[in-house]
Amino acid sequence: MANVYFDNNATTALDSRVLESMLPWLSSQSGNPTSRHVYGRSARDAVEHARVQVAEACGAYSSQVVFTANGTEANNFAIKGMAGNLPSAQILTSAIEHPCVTRPALMMQQFGYSSKPIAVDSSGKLSLENLQQQLTLPTSLVSVMLANNETGVIQEVAIVAELARAVGAFIHTDAVQGLGKIPLSFTDLNVHAMTVSSHKIHGPQGAAALILDKRVDIQPLLHGGGQEKGLRSGTENVAAIVGFGVACELAVANRIHYASHTQLLRDQFEQGLVDIGSIKSSVMIFGNKVARLPNTSFFAMNGIEGETLVMALDRKGYAVASGSACSSDSTEPSNVLLAMGIDKDLARGAVRVSFDATNTPAQVNDFLVTLNNEVKRLKELTAIAA
Amino acid sequence: MAYSDKVLDHYENPRNVGTLDKNDPNVGTGMVGAPACGDVMKLMIKVNDSGIIEDAKFKTYGCGSAIASSSLVTEWLKGKTIDEAYAIKNSAIAEELALPPVKIHCSVLAEDAIKAAVADIKAKQLAKETA
Amino acid sequence: MSATIEMPIKKDLFDVNGLAKSLHDESGPPVYLDYSATTPVDPRVAAMMIPYITEHFGNPASRSHPYGWTAEKAVENAREEVAKLVGADPREIVWTSGATESNNLAIKGAANFYSGKGKHIITVATEHKAVIDAVRELERVGFTATYLEPEPNGLIDLAKFKAAIQPDTVLASVMLVNNEIGVIQDITAIGNICRENNVIFHVDAAQATGKVHIDLEKLPVDLMSFCAHKTYGPKGIGALYVRRKPRIRIEAQMHGGGHERGMRSGTLATHQIVGMGEAFRIAREEMDVENARIRKLRDKLLHGLQDMEEVYVNGDLEQRVPHNLNISFNYVEGESLIMAVKGIAVSSGSACTSASLEPSYVLRALGRSDELAHSSIRFSIGRFTTEDDVDYTIELMKSKIDKLRELSPLWEMFKDGIDISKVQWAAH
Repeated sequence: MANVYFDNNATTALDSRVLESMLPWLSSQSGNPTSRHVYGRSARDAVEHARVQVAEACGAYSSQVVFTANGTEANNFAIKGMAGNLPSAQILTSAIEHPCVTRPALMMQQFGYSSKPIAVDSSGKLSLENLQQQLTLPTSLVSVMLANNETGVIQEVAIVAELARAVGAFIHTDAVQGLGKIPLSFTDLNVHAMTVSSHKIHGPQGAAALILDKRVDIQPLLHGGGQEKGLRSGTENVAAIVGFGVACELAVANRIHYASHTQLLRDQFEQGLVDIGSIKSSVMIFGNKVARLPNTSFFAMNGIEGETLVMALDRKGYAVASGSACSSDSTEPSNVLLAMGIDKDLARGAVRVSFDATNTPAQVNDFLVTLNNEVKRLKELTAIAA
Repeated sequence: MAYSDKVLDHYENPRNVGTLDKNDPNVGTGMVGAPACGDVMKLMIKVNDSGIIEDAKFKTYGCGSAIASSSLVTEWLKGKTIDEAYAIKNSAIAEELALPPVKIHCSVLAEDAIKAAVADIKAKQLAKETA
Repeated sequence: MSATIEMPIKKDLFDVNGLAKSLHDESGPPVYLDYSATTPVDPRVAAMMIPYITEHFGNPASRSHPYGWTAEKAVENAREEVAKLVGADPREIVWTSGATESNNLAIKGAANFYSGKGKHIITVATEHKAVIDAVRELERVGFTATYLEPEPNGLIDLAKFKAAIQPDTVLASVMLVNNEIGVIQDITAIGNICRENNVIFHVDAAQATGKVHIDLEKLPVDLMSFCAHKTYGPKGIGALYVRRKPRIRIEAQMHGGGHERGMRSGTLATHQIVGMGEAFRIAREEMDVENARIRKLRDKLLHGLQDMEEVYVNGDLEQRVPHNLNISFNYVEGESLIMAVKGIAVSSGSACTSASLEPSYVLRALGRSDELAHSSIRFSIGRFTTEDDVDYTIELMKSKIDKLRELSPLWEMFKDGIDISKVQWAAH
């Protein structure tokens, strides 16, 4: 049986070099960075070194990096913390945001803010027209993700930022899926805040960051010891932060190779997919007419339930996803696809394959054979059932 | 916080620790700071008849930078006239010891201690003249 | 990915059998006596964690493949271990990124959920900043708060606590073991008062796990905060106990994928959770033996230091964990003292506040003078402290205190019989 991981948009395997950098901080070097003795100071130095590495990968200054425990926390921090820009105004989030952006925005309703979605078109791209229309009302904050976790579709965040800034709104982007996969510059995107996360780029879970324009008056989410210049209290997770830093450095060094390699795998996969589709079923690949992350393919086959296909592939040793891992608890079809106006039945068929630089053309080839067989088998099952 | 080598040197090997006879008419004493603020500096200078400081001693309750600042000024004071001593600025102390911004107050305290010691000796001299 | 990875544990730092430091040797790593700031990760804990960052790296929320399932199973095993140490049901344990988040979630989460019941909160002036600042944040949005002053021994007077309860008191937060002075509050008695008055009771137990027995089945406590890195687990992981019977509700503070039954969203760091579980398992199995050993070391250290004049122990010595010894060395300034004792790693006041030059707010709340607060050192002893470490510390402290007192004008005045409190100090 194969043992192949094609779910790299959910989380990635830790790079051995990252692990090596973390080990001392999981054993002998266990100081608290706030302590002033040598154990504390060396931990502090390690955190500050990682801050520089993260900043460089994000095209930001190290003073703009605020470490958090995960992307969810960074997004909550950005949305709840920056909404105060314009009290009781609206918060606009794209209709395809991760729940850790949309739910905090909804929560802000209790403080008098209204939360509204910005429409996307059928390819999954944000409608700038719809955004402009909505910006005519007082707007506190706009949040648009850089690249979607399911479709991989890349948004024109710099243009969104320009439109938001023109009306005095703050602009946040969740760039968790962009880091390491496409060129990323906080400065060029011209946003006020940007979320990045470690475990999507072969770093450990437990570290993420909000890259923040420090001129923004932001409210902290966690109050206490005053770490991260008072913006995020709590003892720093030194090992994870160190790992995040190294993962960033490796991601930057590897990005060009990553992009070309995963794009080749995806092209190979999607060509094979269309071949399967043309014979046995009609296949739809979402977002394939616009700019996408090079590693992501999100598709559905008419008449095949996504969850069933994913389970079938798992039994053959292939890890893929039926939707975003964070909403895997629900059986509802993907919000992202519904926002794109995709028919509910087709949306239930959606499967996401997300490659990594460590995957090989041979793996993709074998996977296509397995996929072909499973699709055939499932088709027959459904035919009997019908 | 990292201390400069000069601070560490004065802290590890403080110069001129001790006291002079405070009843000696040629000895001026300056005590500045407060325990509640975390630093107290006591500086004593002995001035000869030609107005030259021939000895200086200190005791300091405070952080490493405060101890280093007072140790340094005792070195500087010896051989100076009291007017020259009075002209010593905290910025010179801070610069010599490469004090970080949060420790500048230590150099201010040392300057204050010099001024207080000089004022004390001048008061003693005035008392002697008027007597 | 290789299955076995050599752990590069540095023997000289935390080894129980490490070499004794000589008094003249200040070149090597200092003796670590700052276990209340953070503990080294136990090598057994680290060994458990490694597979979960290498081969079992899945996202526990991924339900569609074994990478996710393996992670989820490990997370649930760890949840059971955490629950076992504190006598809770695993379903009462919610993962967080640490005690700061647990405290914020408990206090803001409960206060906001039950704000219809009342808007007054009681806490103690000596709580950790994460509790104090969370309560202050609630004050900013319309709550009122009482910050109880403890008695000079650091303990709360139960009558005063009772008197602080108002008709609209909704929540009380009292820590089990204080981080600076190690005193143990009588949370059973305080909890009973809360129950009688229908007040939700939160306890910050970050410093307590592995040091005192906790049985939440019996304790009248509704919410309790934990973290791993004070109990030989990794940083970046903690938990909040949320009582099920009678059920306590909290408003989530992190919103998103709805992890942890909606109480706390965010991808779980599997390896850290595994580490916390293993750390708490070891604590449960070894705490009695370990605490007896640590008590002996503490007593030795205390007796050694008490040989000196003008030495004051901060906080009650009886109702206190043996791991902590907080002592003020009168007439010696704390920061210069820390600088002098480079051979040992200790802290003056809480690690979380030692970046500031303010004297410890905990010691000031006990009524200690500024000078005594300034001259305090917290020694905290732990799993890897040896008798040689303690001997070295006593000798080092004695020689350095002597040297600094030689330098101190206040010591001179004390020796001359001058009452320093009567001196008029020039303000500056």
